[in-house]
Amino acid sequence: MRVETWRSWLDERLGTEAIREFLRRKEVPIHRHTIWYYFGGMTLFLFVVQVVTGALLLLYYRPSAEAAFESVQFIMTEVEFGWLIRSIHSWSANLMIATLFIHMFSAYFMKAYRPPRELTWVSGTLLLVLALAFGFSGYLLPWNKLAFFATKVGTDIAGDVPLIGPFLLRFLRGGEEVTGATLTRFFGFHVAILPGVTTIVLTLHLILVQKHGMSIPPSLEGARVRTMKFFPNFLLRDLIGWVLAIGALAALAAPFPWGLGEKADPFAPAPAGIKPEWYFLFLFQTLRLLPARVGIFEGEVVGVTLFLLGALFWMLVPFLDQPASRGWRSRFFTGLGVFIVLYIAVMTIWGYLA
Amino acid sequence: MSPWSEQRRKLLNILLGTSVGATLVAILYPILKFMIPPEVIEATQTSVVAGRVNELPPNSGKIFKFGNKPGLLVRTPTGEYKAFSAVCTHLDCIVQYRPDLRLIWCACHNGQYNLSGKNIAGPPPRPLEEYAVNIRGEEIVVSKM
Repeated sequence: MRVETWRSWLDERLGTEAIREFLRRKEVPIHRHTIWYYFGGMTLFLFVVQVVTGALLLLYYRPSAEAAFESVQFIMTEVEFGWLIRSIHSWSANLMIATLFIHMFSAYFMKAYRPPRELTWVSGTLLLVLALAFGFSGYLLPWNKLAFFATKVGTDIAGDVPLIGPFLLRFLRGGEEVTGATLTRFFGFHVAILPGVTTIVLTLHLILVQKHGMSIPPSLEGARVRTMKFFPNFLLRDLIGWVLAIGALAALAAPFPWGLGEKADPFAPAPAGIKPEWYFLFLFQTLRLLPARVGIFEGEVVGVTLFLLGALFWMLVPFLDQPASRGWRSRFFTGLGVFIVLYIAVMTIWGYLA
Repeated sequence: MSPWSEQRRKLLNILLGTSVGATLVAILYPILKFMIPPEVIEATQTSVVAGRVNELPPNSGKIFKFGNKPGLLVRTPTGEYKAFSAVCTHLDCIVQYRPDLRLIWCACHNGQYNLSGKNIAGPPPRPLEEYAVNIRGEEIVVSKM
């Protein structure tokens, strides 16, 4: 059959002509901030790397307190390229969180959340929460000492959430303590529940991005902005971003293979220098600085409550930043963004050095 | 297009094509190698203690572990000890001793072996592998022949 015949056969059944027409028309604005548009695609690419390497690791990983550590050890020492696949999974996870943060703050400062893109922002913040949950649950899976205690501390903090804390703690741990039951649970979260939910939210996020197109920052609105075709011009540039991401991954994963540490022992004292992953460090450091009691409340409870309120505020920014939604300048929200970036940076470095 | 730029385009296409190809190979090769399970080296066992002397009455049988494979120890109605691989030669099921039939029987597809391990009925194509049985004091030692 000729290509044309195939094309019309598929089009009649799938409506591919509508997609091709959409791609022909889709354009991306060119201006001095265009570079920031690439970080969303890069995050998506790294997510795909996570899916592929994660599926590969599942071929050998065993989710139980007795076998998890040994199975990861087996992957690292016996399976061909096992050390590389696992190292890429770990590095790509960290790079993905980094590009996600860059993508989020660039969208924030370019005020891309203005109408009609409020729900794109909200779905994006949900994806951030999901990515952090992926990171937290995946960290425990090798069942090593550091991960064991980081999970103890992390789930203990979840226990400080007002009202539902004790329930949340039991729900996360699958009991009162961090045990093999916790590992089974985190494995289920990591490879089934979170991927399922993420697929839905990510699809929504991407559909919204396609529906509304790229947002132009307010400072350039009204000015004549040049555009380029999404396909193939922007997509090929995106591809360069992905090649760079692969390069960064190879440059990190091969010379710095991710370590495994020692097997977790629930009856051994915590080793010195327990720290969470870097993207939780600013939260961890803040909690450490709080006094044991603030007024009549426990310091940790106050901290956790403030963070939850902060997260809710962040999620609802499009509805709170009224000036921006009316097309005015909103210095307060820009200033707030700068403050948050500085706060996270300072607390992360402090936490790292402490 | 001038012939010169046409040639240049050709060269660029070759360079781009080979580097895309090389990248794909560099990604797919580790993935394929990763998916092939590494060989687990196991110490090959040649003999094992399958049971104790007064454990089995005549006309009975038991499964024992021979390395990572199951074996079948049978005490015949005449009181003799026999040992076989318990893996059916048909489709890898685990066989059992049937005191009522006085035969070795596979439940999966009704395969039957006599007490010398020979396939006598049903689908099994070959006899069961037979092991040597020696009594050492109280222990029944089974070893590969």
